[in-house]
Amino acid sequence: MDIYSGFWIILTGAFAAAACGMLGCFLILRRMAMLGDAISHAILPGIVLAFLLSNSMSIFWMFLGAALIGILTTFIIQTLNNGGVQHDAALGVTFTALFALGVIGVSSFGEGVHLDTDCVLEGEIALTPLDVLMWGSVYLGPRAVWVNGGLLCLNLLVVGLFYKEFKLCAFDPAMAAAVGIPVTVMHYVLMTLVAVTTVGAFESVGVILVVAMLIAPAATAYLLTDRLFYMLLFSIIAGALTSIFGYFTALWLDSSIAGAMGAVSGVLFTLALFFSPSHGVFTRWLSRRNLSNRVAEEDVLLWAGRQVEAGLAIPFSVMDISEAQQWLLPDAEKTARRLARKGLLEETNLKFALTQSGNDDAMELIKRHRLYESFLEGIGYAADHTHDPADRVEHHITPDMTEKLDREMEHPNVDPHGKAIPR
Amino acid sequence: MNFLTDINAQWVLAGCVLLGICSGILSSFAMLRKRSLLGDALAHSALPGVCIAYLIVGERSIPAFMLGALAAGMLGAFCIQFITRNSRIKEDAALGLVLSVFFAVGIVLLTYILNSSGGNKAGLKTFIFGQAASMVGRDVYIMASCAIIVIVFSLLLYKEMKLLCFDVGFADSLGYSSTWLDAMLNILIVLIVVIGLQAVGVVLMVAMLITPAAAARYWTNRLNRMTLISALFGGLSGALGVYLSALAPRMPTGPWIVLSATLMFILSLLFAPARGLVAKGLRIWSLRSRVARENALRSLYEWSERKKGWDDWAPLEEIASMRSQPPVQALRNLRGLKSNQLVEEKNGAFRLTKSGQDQAYQVTRNHRLWEMYLMYEEEFDADHVDRDADFIEHFLTPETVNELERLLDSHGLNLKQPPTAHPIATA
Repeated sequence: MDIYSGFWIILTGAFAAAACGMLGCFLILRRMAMLGDAISHAILPGIVLAFLLSNSMSIFWMFLGAALIGILTTFIIQTLNNGGVQHDAALGVTFTALFALGVIGVSSFGEGVHLDTDCVLEGEIALTPLDVLMWGSVYLGPRAVWVNGGLLCLNLLVVGLFYKEFKLCAFDPAMAAAVGIPVTVMHYVLMTLVAVTTVGAFESVGVILVVAMLIAPAATAYLLTDRLFYMLLFSIIAGALTSIFGYFTALWLDSSIAGAMGAVSGVLFTLALFFSPSHGVFTRWLSRRNLSNRVAEEDVLLWAGRQVEAGLAIPFSVMDISEAQQWLLPDAEKTARRLARKGLLEETNLKFALTQSGNDDAMELIKRHRLYESFLEGIGYAADHTHDPADRVEHHITPDMTEKLDREMEHPNVDPHGKAIPR
Repeated sequence: MNFLTDINAQWVLAGCVLLGICSGILSSFAMLRKRSLLGDALAHSALPGVCIAYLIVGERSIPAFMLGALAAGMLGAFCIQFITRNSRIKEDAALGLVLSVFFAVGIVLLTYILNSSGGNKAGLKTFIFGQAASMVGRDVYIMASCAIIVIVFSLLLYKEMKLLCFDVGFADSLGYSSTWLDAMLNILIVLIVVIGLQAVGVVLMVAMLITPAAAARYWTNRLNRMTLISALFGGLSGALGVYLSALAPRMPTGPWIVLSATLMFILSLLFAPARGLVAKGLRIWSLRSRVARENALRSLYEWSERKKGWDDWAPLEEIASMRSQPPVQALRNLRGLKSNQLVEEKNGAFRLTKSGQDQAYQVTRNHRLWEMYLMYEEEFDADHVDRDADFIEHFLTPETVNELERLLDSHGLNLKQPPTAHPIATA
């Protein structure tokens, strides 16, 4: 496959994924992701019908058929649900029945045209560069590029025009209804867009991969940001990346391009799931670990500082830390070594002692602890009830807060237990 | 194709019926556990498992395929749970993600296998996209054993499944592990999906795990009956689907089975005794006509009351104007009453018969009792009670009427014939 057709395939995939991803954002926010799945299956009879009526794969008829079926599907699911059928069951019954009708249609009338079950399930993005659009004798590029690009523009246009309305409907439909936004109409507009976009992408990537493109980039974006605008942006970017990496993966494995794109979209999602700066499983684990490490280090510094203060400035062993903090030996050793690496402790002959900067840090921590104790006494705690809360909070007091506490307490010299506050 | 003589057709029929029964049983548990679409996700995520099994074994081998599909399905179920527990992604999106991404990986593997050389690949595609006609005796034996497993499972774990479906928290508090029960249900669903794939294909297998239960739900409120009915619907749609697809040459069986199941769903939706649309419509219709007739009775009663006699004939127009009805509507109600011998007609005028008088008296009395109650107990204004009483009078049970009488009695208000709340113009 030459570079030229590779470019067109990637462009088609990127347009399709971006167009789907944008809509997927709203589906995910409204918890209707499976409705995307349902519609993408249910449009099959619409396509068959359009094909029968117009006797061609004319884009216009296909879009019309799909849009109608998309709205019909949404309507049937809603009606069944209102009639007491559980939502997921209503959805399942509707789309499987319509899909079955579609498959029967394809096997009865799809003979000899490029509408077969393989195309339905896998799509034929690899054939994209062969079906070109001509303006007179001017070469305009593959048809699929124009179709999917057009759909992307359509979605951008509609979402852009009704951005505020879509946003409100996605996050708070009751509020949207209260301020006079026609929530039901917006719902059907969204579903029509989903149906139409699905048809465009369907020809290239097939039914199931449309679902991947609808959900995966949007879910990826959802994990990366808390703002709708950025979510839309990221989902478009994720869609484009999906297409690029998917194409090369397919080249490498000599496999279905659309399938590879779907698989790559899953990889991108997995990356976001684990490494998203704000919501990633790994990042959250890391920040929890950092916090518990810091608390442990500060506890050791505080303890060592108090030792120094009490005139017990002798080097201490890992065993001493372990006993004082009630930690297991390996935990105590790890913490001590971390402090040594940071230059806060120095190690000689398996014994540790505070360095100068370690001592400064320890004094600062003791100051925080005792200021906070004074503060607690000031708001009515008994002197002997101030230590434990201060022990927990001391790790979260910033230098700025220390400063303010000091000023608020009018620069006390001793804490409630009569111990000097280091200056 | 003749079912009585063609041995292949009989195998196909038996296989599809068994499949329908199994998925019918499981679908009712899955649906009540609100896991209908899990079957969808698991059916799709089986594909990469099948492909990997093929890559390892190197040929079409049903047990290996099933093992692969089972493993991939379980992995898919685990992924859905991991994603929903560890991120802000909700269950619907997680289902869709796993479904589509696993399937995409499966397509990649499938095309990779098909494009690479060597091996007998013919069996792979039919296994995934379904080809009931290729079913042979051995497949049916596998299905039969699966059917037995599913039936034994649902008999042995019926109580546990019931708890799981209706009150997970309670099940946990009793010491049943909902995690393990869920896992068991998932395994059975994967199992049945894997077998079903051969017969009806990926997408249409989903229908078998949803539609029979959705249809059965219309007929009963009891789990045991629902499971049985669902199994029945599943089996029937299997049989019907095979029969219908045999009518035309080269028709795929799967879609016809699904459409048969959908047909049963639609029939249930329309004709189920308590919850069906027809039954609902009939109930509403009969209620409306009862209300309309009772209103007509009261109109006649009040008309006669004004005349201070039962012998006068009330002209249709006057009766109609008392409820601001078009005369046609009033006439229809009166004719209805006439067919029950509650009123009699002469020259377009009506009067109550003896039994009509009694019934009209009761209706009017209910109306006025309620008005009295609203005025004296709820302290409504006299001109605000008529409308309300108009709605309530039809639904006052004898017990409520007794209670009302007792209440009004204690206030010294009960009269044999309660006075009207609104003054009547004397003729």
